Amino acid sequence: MNFVEHFPVLIVGLSMFLAYTMLLAGYLNRRLPFYMSLAMNSFFLIISLFILNHVLTVGPIRYWQGGWRPPWGIEYVVDAMNAYLLVIVISMVILGLIYSRGNVRYEIEERKHTTFYTLVQLMAAGLYGITITGDLFNMFIWLEIASLTAYALIAVAGGRALRPAYNYVIMGSIGACFYIFGVCWIYSVTGTLNMADMRLLLPLVYDNKAVQMAFAMMVVGVMIKAYIFPLHLWQPDVYTYAPSTISSMMASVHVKVMFYILIRMVFSVFTLDFIKHFIGLDMLICWVAAIAILAGSIWAIKQRNLKRMLAYSSVSQMGYILLGLGLSPLSPWGLVGVVAHILNHAIGKGCLFMSAGAFAQQEGVRDIRKFEGLGKKMPYASAAFTIAALSMIGIPPTAGFASKLFLILASLDASQYPFVAILLLSGLLNLVYFWRVIDQIYFVKSDGTENPAKAKEKGKSLPLSMTAPMLILAALCIIMGIIWLTDVPLPLINHILSNLRMGVTI
Amino acid sequence: MESMTPLLAILCPAIAAALILPSRKHPNIREGWTIAASVAMFLLVLSMAPVVAKGETIKCILFQSMFKDIYIGFKVDAFGEIFAITASSLWVLVSIYSIGYMRALNEHAQTRYFFAFCFAIMGAVGVALSANLVTMFIFFEIITISTYPLVIHEQTPEALRAGHKYLAYLMPAGAFLLFGIMTTYYLSGTTDFTPGGIKSLASAPQLILIVLFFTFLLGFMKAAWMPFHSWLPTAMIAPSPVSALLHAVAVVKAGVFGIVRIVGYVIGMDLMQQLGLWLILAGIASFTMIVASFFAISQDNLKRRLAYSTISQLSYIILGAALLTKDSMLGAMLHIPFHGYMKITLFLCAGAILVATGKTRISEMAGIGKRMPVTMLAFSIAAIGMAGIPPVCGFISKLYLCLGAWAVGSPYGMIFLAVILISSLLDIVYFFPIILTAFFKKPTEESGEEKIKEAPLLVVVPLTITAIFSLVFFIYPNTFYISDLARMAISNLFGGV
Repeated sequence: MNFVEHFPVLIVGLSMFLAYTMLLAGYLNRRLPFYMSLAMNSFFLIISLFILNHVLTVGPIRYWQGGWRPPWGIEYVVDAMNAYLLVIVISMVILGLIYSRGNVRYEIEERKHTTFYTLVQLMAAGLYGITITGDLFNMFIWLEIASLTAYALIAVAGGRALRPAYNYVIMGSIGACFYIFGVCWIYSVTGTLNMADMRLLLPLVYDNKAVQMAFAMMVVGVMIKAYIFPLHLWQPDVYTYAPSTISSMMASVHVKVMFYILIRMVFSVFTLDFIKHFIGLDMLICWVAAIAILAGSIWAIKQRNLKRMLAYSSVSQMGYILLGLGLSPLSPWGLVGVVAHILNHAIGKGCLFMSAGAFAQQEGVRDIRKFEGLGKKMPYASAAFTIAALSMIGIPPTAGFASKLFLILASLDASQYPFVAILLLSGLLNLVYFWRVIDQIYFVKSDGTENPAKAKEKGKSLPLSMTAPMLILAALCIIMGIIWLTDVPLPLINHILSNLRMGVTI
Repeated sequence: MESMTPLLAILCPAIAAALILPSRKHPNIREGWTIAASVAMFLLVLSMAPVVAKGETIKCILFQSMFKDIYIGFKVDAFGEIFAITASSLWVLVSIYSIGYMRALNEHAQTRYFFAFCFAIMGAVGVALSANLVTMFIFFEIITISTYPLVIHEQTPEALRAGHKYLAYLMPAGAFLLFGIMTTYYLSGTTDFTPGGIKSLASAPQLILIVLFFTFLLGFMKAAWMPFHSWLPTAMIAPSPVSALLHAVAVVKAGVFGIVRIVGYVIGMDLMQQLGLWLILAGIASFTMIVASFFAISQDNLKRRLAYSTISQLSYIILGAALLTKDSMLGAMLHIPFHGYMKITLFLCAGAILVATGKTRISEMAGIGKRMPVTMLAFSIAAIGMAGIPPVCGFISKLYLCLGAWAVGSPYGMIFLAVILISSLLDIVYFFPIILTAFFKKPTEESGEEKIKEAPLLVVVPLTITAIFSLVFFIYPNTFYISDLARMAISNLFGGV
C-alpha cells in the first residue's frame, strides 16, 4: 500500500484530535488554538495536494478503516472529484482562519475565542470527513458534525444571531432527518451502506418504491442543507447575522460540501442510469435550478443589507451548480460546469463576504446606501469586492465567465435552449445588484456627513491578516478565470468525468 | 507567420495601467506612462502593417482552450490592422489632448480617468487583433466595463443615470453576443474569422442562421444602429477626450468592426446574399443614416449633435458591408479610419471650445471663429470632410460607397445610392450652420467675448494634427498603409482584385 493512501484518514483523524487538543491548549494561552489550527491545516493542504497528485497519476484511493473489508467495514474513497474538492475546502478554511485573526477580535468576545477556533476546526473536520468518505452512514456522521458546529458558530455572535441559528438548527435537523430516513430505506432494500457496493446492487431494484422514496428523501434532505430554492428560507438570516468569518466559510465551502453529497448520490450511488430511468427527472432538476437562479437574483435585488444581498446571491449561484448537475445526463459539459462553479463560487463568494465583513468592521456600514466613499477609505477591500463581483456577474476574464461559458455550452449541447436564456438573464440580474454596490462604493459622491455608526476601529487601517486573504481570493478570481479557459484543467476534468463514470471525456 | 508583436501591443496599455496607479501622487510621471505606452503601442501596431499589407497574417496563439478547436489568441489580418492602426494612432494624440484638457479644467479623479482609458484602448485594439469570436468577446466586455468610469466621470446623479443607461444597453448586448458566439461554435465547431465566412455554417438550418444573424446584430449594439442608439448621445456627458476617442472611435467602431467581421468573416457574403440578410442590414443602416441626420439637425448641444452625426456615419460603414460589393466593402473599411480622424477632430474642437469658453451650445458660439481661428478652421475641415466634399478624406470613402451601391445595380442599389447622397446632403445641413455661426455671426454685446483666447497648446496641437491628417489621407490615402491594407482585405474577402 502506497504511503499516500494513508493520507485521507490522517486528515480527518488529526482534525478531530486537534480540535480537542486546541480546547485544552486554549486554557494555557488564548492565542495558541489559532496557530495550532493554522499550522495543522497548512499541513493538510500539503498532503491534500499529494493526494490529488496521487489520484491523478495512480488512480482513486480506497482505504479500509481498521482493515475491515467493505461492505462490512467503513471505506474511505478518494477519487479525482473528492481530491479536488478537498484541496478547495482546505485552502478556503486556511484563508478563513487567517481572515478571522483580525475579524474575530472585533465580532466575538475574547473569552469565546478558544471555543470559536475549536468549533471551526471541528466543522472543518466534518467537512473533510464528508469529502472523503465512501459510506452513506459515515457520511451522515460527518454531516452532523459539520452542521452542529455550524449552528454553534452562528450563535456564537450572540444577540440577533440567536434566532437565525435556532431556525437553522430546526431546518438543518429536518434536513438531516430526511437524509438518514433515506439511508435507512435504501439500507432496508439493499442491505449495504457502502456506496460502491450499493451502486452495483441498485440497478436491480430501480422500480422498488422504497428505493425511489429513499432517493427523493435524501435529495430533499441535502437540498435543505444546500439551500436550494425554495428550501433556502433559513439561510439569508444566518448569513446576515453570523460572524463574517463564518458567513464566508459557509458560503464558500460548507454549502459546497453539502452539495457534494448530492453529486455523490447522483453519480456514484444512484448513477445517471437511475436519473435516465425516470423520464423527465433531469429536466425537473434543471427547472428547479432555473427557478432558483432567477428567484435568488430577484430577491437579491430587493435587499439593502449587503450580507443579506450576498446570501440571496448565493441561493442563485447554488442554482447554477444544480443546473449543471441536471444537465449532466445530457451533456458532459454540465458536470464541467458543476466542477468549475464549485471552485469559482467558493473563491468569489468567499471574497465578497470577507470584504462585506471588512466594511462592517472598519466603517460600521452594512446598508448599501451608506457605502459612499468606501473606495477611497478602504481601497484594497473595495478592489477585492469589485473583482469578485465582476466574477459573479461573469465578466471575462474572471472565473465566473468560465462557469457561465461551460453551462451555456452544456445547455446548447443538451438542446435545452431556455436555460441559455436564463443563464444570460441571470448574468444581467447579477449586474443589477452588484453594480449598485460598486456604484455606491466608487462613484456616488458622499454628502459629507460623517457616518454616526462609525466603528471603534476608526483611524486604524485594516489589518494585513484581513486584507491578504481578500486580495488572494480576488487575484484567484482572475487567475482561475484564465486557467479555466486554457486546456490546463483538462486532465483533471477528464479524470473526474471518468471517475464519476460519465463514460465520455471532452 | 508567428510573432509575439500583437501580444506586446496589447500589453502596453495594461502595463501602463499598472504603473499609473502607484504614481498617482506625481501627475507628470503618471501621464508619462500613458504617453509612453501609447507611442509604444502605436509603433508596435504599425510595425505589423507592412507584413500584413503583403497578405500575410500574423498569428499569436496564447493558449489552447478547453473547448475543442478554440484557442485564445490574436491573428492580425489586413482588416483588423486598419482598425488597430486607427485606434492606436489616435490614442497618442488624445493622450496629449487629455493632459491639456483635464488640467485646464482642473478635473477630479484624473488617475482613475487615465487608468480606465488604458483598459478601454486595450479592449479596442484587442478586438481589432482577435483571431476568433471568443477572444473578441473578452475584449468587448473589457471595453464595456472600463468605459463606465469614464462615462460617469462627473459623478453627478445625471452622469450616473447616463452610466446606468450605458450599461443597460451594452451589457444585454454582451449577453446576446455571447449567445451568438456559443451558437456559432455549437453549429460550426469553430469561431475563427475566416475570410468569406465559416464554411460549415452553411449547412445549418436557415431559420437558425437568420436568428443567429439578428443575435449578432443585437450583440453589436455598440455600433449604435437605430433604434438601439440612444445610449450614445446620453454618454456624451463624459469629458470631451472620452467622447472623442471612445464614442467616435474605440467603442462604436468596435461595434461596427464586429458587424463587418460577422458579414465578411463569420456568416459570409454568400449566405448573406442567399438568405436576403444583406437587404435587412442595408435597410437598417439606411434608416439610421437618414433619421440620425434629422435628429442631429435638431440638437443645440454641440456634442450631442456630433453624437447623432456619429450614429449616422457609423451606418455608412454598416451599409458598405451590407451591400456586399468590392467597392462598397472597400469604402466601409476606409471609412473606419477616415471617419475616425475627422470625427475625433470635431470632438476635440468641441472640447477645446469648452476649455476656452465654457460653452457647449451651438447658439452661444456666435463669432467664436474670430477668437479661436485654429480650432474653428480644424473644425471646418473635418465638417467638410464629413459631408464628403474634397479635398478631405471623407470624399474617398464615400465615393467608394457610392460606386459600390451603383455596382449592386438593381433598383435596390439605386435606392441605397440615393440614401447615401441624401444623407451627405443632410450632413451639410447640420454642419454648416455651426461654421456660419462661428465665423460670420456677430456675438452679443455683454458677454465679454474679448477675453476668449485659443485653448492651451496641449489641446490645440492634437486637433490640428488630426485635421491635417484628414487632408493628408485625401492626398495620400496610403498613409500608415491604410489603402494597401484595405485593398488586401478586399482581396482576402473576394479573392483577388
